[in-house]
Amino acid sequence: MRYACIIYYDPSVLFGGSPEANGVLAQCETHDEVLKASGHFVAGEALTMPDEAMTVRMRDGKMSAVDGPFMETKEMLGGFIIIEARDLNEAVQVAAGIPQARIGTIEVRPIVDFSQPRPEL
Amino acid sequence: MSQAGARVSLEAVYRTEARRVLATLIRLLGGFDAAEEALHEAFAAAAEQWPREGVPTNPYAWLVSAGRFRTIDRWRRQARLAGALPQLAVLAEPAPEPAMPEAVQDDELRLIFTCCHPALAPDARIALTLREVGGLTTEEIARAYLSPAPTIAQRIVRAKAKIRDEAIPYEIPGRADLPDRIDSALRVVYLIFNEGYAATQGPSLTRGDLCAEAVRLGRLLVDLLDEPEALGLLALMLLHEARRATRVDAAGDLVLLENQDRLLWDRARIAEARALIGQSMGSRRIGPYGLQAAIAAVHAQAPSTDETDWAQITGLYDVLLRIAPSPVIGLNRAVALGMRDGPQAGLVAIEAVIGEGGLGGYHLAHAARADMQRRLGLTEAAQASYRRALDLARQPAERRFLQGRLDDLAVRGAP
Repeated sequence: MRYACIIYYDPSVLFGGSPEANGVLAQCETHDEVLKASGHFVAGEALTMPDEAMTVRMRDGKMSAVDGPFMETKEMLGGFIIIEARDLNEAVQVAAGIPQARIGTIEVRPIVDFSQPRPEL
Repeated sequence: MSQAGARVSLEAVYRTEARRVLATLIRLLGGFDAAEEALHEAFAAAAEQWPREGVPTNPYAWLVSAGRFRTIDRWRRQARLAGALPQLAVLAEPAPEPAMPEAVQDDELRLIFTCCHPALAPDARIALTLREVGGLTTEEIARAYLSPAPTIAQRIVRAKAKIRDEAIPYEIPGRADLPDRIDSALRVVYLIFNEGYAATQGPSLTRGDLCAEAVRLGRLLVDLLDEPEALGLLALMLLHEARRATRVDAAGDLVLLENQDRLLWDRARIAEARALIGQSMGSRRIGPYGLQAAIAAVHAQAPSTDETDWAQITGLYDVLLRIAPSPVIGLNRAVALGMRDGPQAGLVAIEAVIGEGGLGGYHLAHAARADMQRRLGLTEAAQASYRRALDLARQPAERRFLQGRLDDLAVRGAP
């Protein structure tokens, strides 16, 4: 199964210059290679700061595009890694090895299988 | 070997060997997480090398050695980066060759006993056993237990943390602890079976898979342990399985033992179970599972309820009640007595068991009393008992059955 590991962190901590944070930054550059070697890696990208982003909506055929999002919490969406894992527990274990897990938070979400019924709310 | 051939055999090897390889890697690497990573890497290495080099003659030994080598290699690299790691102590000890069949069996037993360790909560034992010993995925376990996958995942994460933090040893228990630990392992397997067997909610296929998995685990315990109760448990599960298809009709309604189509019972499973019971009886150390299996076997042999040897069943319940006293066993014995000596004797026995306490909230106790009252023509008393049972019953099929009995009595009982 495929899972998205969605990475959140507080930029003031990650880029704050502590030895711990610098260690994380040094490791995340090469972590894709670690995941490729273990066969878990499918895709992954780091994202720039939200102040470089635009937010787009289509309503009634009209597009609105505004800058942002502006952060409401200290932790921001910082990147994602798509992995292949046997099950949720293996995915959680792989996510625990992502360097940013030591400073931020990783949300592990199964990727939707469209052959399955839609969720009932 | 062709690529497709290697892929097919890799999948076959995964099914037959992965759990054994994991069991050995946990011992060699000193923990579940490291071993699971090593197992993954070993199969990744196999996927790369086997199509080129062919499948090794001993895939188990190859995978253990590949997993161990790759983990040690990774730890060495990490150690160079981060200074020495505590795990490196493990690397200093030369690992014995794990290829001897007895050693493999010992590792499988270590894994079962660790997953069924009494320090873990019962829920955690079940989830861990299904995933680590049974090889089910977290999502499969969640579907079978109608729980969200994150709930099961967290249960497994916490159980592993507990094993690590409390340093629960990865070992086969010593002689003094062994009987209790075997009990715990057998109970985990039986709980898995019951979950699949008793529940009538949810997608029925998945529940049946749970029974099949419990039977598979039961066979593993029979292979690994010289234990009559393991034989008894496997026999008991096979006998339940043999008549599973006849327990519920096409509409999903409950069919009582007396109305089941006995021609549809699975004779091969019954024969296998009877052979296991014979073996278990021969050991002269028969226990509660063996006795329950023997009772189920008497039912399985009988052509009808009337032709059932109720005297033998009552006698077996007497023995069972002596070695494993419980109100539910007492109730079952009282019902058997009613079948042997008639509904009046049954009613007296059932009321005595209910009077002793412990069954007030058990819907089947009230249903059993109602049945005897119905047979005696005590319509009003039977109605009251069925109503009490209906108040307590939760499963839809059981509720429909009890309501049906009440409806019948209302029609028949009308002046």
